[in-house]
Amino acid sequence: MTQTATPPAAQPGQAKRPTIRFRGRSFLALLLSPEAPLDIWFEELTSLIDRSPGFFGARAVILDVSGLDIDRQGLIDLLAQLGERRIQVMGIEGAKETWLGPGFPPLVRGGKQVNEVDVPVPAAKADDGSATQPAPAQNASGQGNSEQGTGTQDASAQQSQPAPISIPAETTRPSLIIEQPVRSGQSVTFPQGDVTIIGSVASGSEVIAGGSIHIYGALRGRALAGCAGHASARIFCNKLEAELVAIDGLYKTAEALDDNYRGQAVQIWLEGDAIKIAPIN
Amino acid sequence: MTKVLVVTSGKGGVGKTTSTAALGAALAQTGQNVVVVDFDVGLRNLDLVLGAERRVVYDLINVVQGEAKLAQALIRDKRIETLSLLPASQTRDKDALTEEGVDRVISELREKFDWIICDSPAGIERGPTLAMRHADVAVVVTNPEVSSVRDSDRIIGVLDSKTLKAEKGEHVEKHLLLTRYDVTRAERGEMLKVEDVLEILSIPLIGIIPESDEVLRASNLGTPVTISNPTSAPARAYADAARRLRGETVEITIPSDKKGLFNKLFGRRAA
Repeated sequence: MTQTATPPAAQPGQAKRPTIRFRGRSFLALLLSPEAPLDIWFEELTSLIDRSPGFFGARAVILDVSGLDIDRQGLIDLLAQLGERRIQVMGIEGAKETWLGPGFPPLVRGGKQVNEVDVPVPAAKADDGSATQPAPAQNASGQGNSEQGTGTQDASAQQSQPAPISIPAETTRPSLIIEQPVRSGQSVTFPQGDVTIIGSVASGSEVIAGGSIHIYGALRGRALAGCAGHASARIFCNKLEAELVAIDGLYKTAEALDDNYRGQAVQIWLEGDAIKIAPIN
Repeated sequence: MTKVLVVTSGKGGVGKTTSTAALGAALAQTGQNVVVVDFDVGLRNLDLVLGAERRVVYDLINVVQGEAKLAQALIRDKRIETLSLLPASQTRDKDALTEEGVDRVISELREKFDWIICDSPAGIERGPTLAMRHADVAVVVTNPEVSSVRDSDRIIGVLDSKTLKAEKGEHVEKHLLLTRYDVTRAERGEMLKVEDVLEILSIPLIGIIPESDEVLRASNLGTPVTISNPTSAPARAYADAARRLRGETVEITIPSDKKGLFNKLFGRRAA
C-alpha cells in the first residue's frame, strides 16, 4: 500500500501522525450595517457604546457595506472609525473583492439571518434608534418597547459584560425521512439533523447529515454523519458494504473497514479520534 | 390505451437495441400494434438489427424538424405486419432532437400504435433523457456484472426524476431485464446471481435472457431472435417477458437450450 501520504485518520498499525481536520462550523456573528449619512450613524453608534460599553467587546462582528455607496478609501476610513471605537471587524460583506488585501478582514458571503440581537434600548431615542441596530431586518419588532424606563435600567446594569445573544432554542431537531432507495449518483444532504432512509444506499451515492444517519437497508455508498461538527452523531445500517463512512470529518474507506463487519448490521460512532464499529442485533 | 416503453440501461453494450427489437417483435407477434423508435441519433443500429437498413428514407430527426411526415418515415416490417420502425438519423447528432419535436412525434404515434418502444442511447444526458421523457413503462436492461448494475441503479434514479411522469409526481413503472445470464458461471461466482442484482436494484424482474449465440446470430441476420428462432432459449425468454409486459402472470424461469447427453459432455466450448 502506498497510502502513507494521506493516511485515513486513526488507522491502526501506521506511524502516529497528526490528523488535520477540516470542518465546517457555523457561529453567530453580529452584523453591523452602517447607513448613510455616516456621520449621523456614527453619532448613534457612539451613544450606543456610551450606554453599553461592553456591547461589542467580545463579539464577532461582520461589517455589511452593501447598503453604502463607498469606495475602497471609504471602507478604510470606516474600518478606522470602527477601530477607534474598539469594534473589531472579522469579516466584510458586500465589498468588492479587489478592495481587500492583506491587513483587511476577509470577504464573507452567503450569511443567513438567524435572529435579532437585543440592543440596549435608549430611553429617549427609541423611535429613531433603528439606525443603531446591528441587523438591518429587525426594525419592525425591536422598537415597540413600552417599558423604556425599566429597559434602560436593566440594560445599563448588564453593560459591564456583553449581553448574551439569545438564539431561539430548537426544542426538536429536524429529521429527514426518505422512503425509497438512494440510487447511484444521488446525493442526500441534510445539515440540519438526522437522516433516516427506508431502503438501501447504492454504490456511488452519498448521504450527508448534520446528525446521525439511519439506514434500514444496505449501505453501499457513502455515509457522512455529523458533518456540522457533531462528534456524537452515529451511523446505523442493516448491512454494511459502505464505500466510505465519516463522522465529524473523520473517515474510513472500505479498505480500512474491518472485513468482519462486512454485510452485517452495525452502528458506527466516534471515540476520540477513532471510528468504532460494532454489530447491532 | 397506448403504452410508451423505454428500453434503457445507462451502460452501453448490454443489449438495449437487441432487447428492443426482440421485445417489439414478440409484442407484435401477439397481435399488438408496435412501433420501435431508435433514439440513438448518430449511432443508429435498430434498423440493422431489424434488417431494415436498406429501406430507410426519412428518419426521426426529419420528422422532429418537420422535414418529413411521420407516415413517410415509418418502416413497416416485412415479416410481422403489426411491427413498424422509426429509424434514427446517422448523419446528425442528439442536439438535433428537441423536446417539443419529440413531444409531437410521440403524441402522433400514440394515435396509431398500442406500444411505442423507445430504444435509448447509453449514458444519462440529453439523448437518454429525451428517450425516457414520455415513458409509462421502463425496461432496465442489465448484465450480471457490477458496473452494469451500478449504471442501471443510476438510470433508475434518472427515471424517477427526469420523466414527465416524475415531474407530475407519478411513477414510471420499472422492470428489470437481466440479459446475457449464464447459470453455470453465476453458480461458480464468476458473475452476479439474479438475487444479488435484484437486491441491489430493488425493482421487479420482467425476464432473464440466457447468454446465447443465437442472439448474436439473429442480430447479424437482421432478424429479431423471436422471429429467427422462436423456440430457442433467448426467444422464449423474450416472449415470456413480452407477455409479462402485457400484464400476464408468467412464472419467471431461465430457459435453456435442451442438449443431448453427448452435447452436454462434449459440447462445452473452451472459454
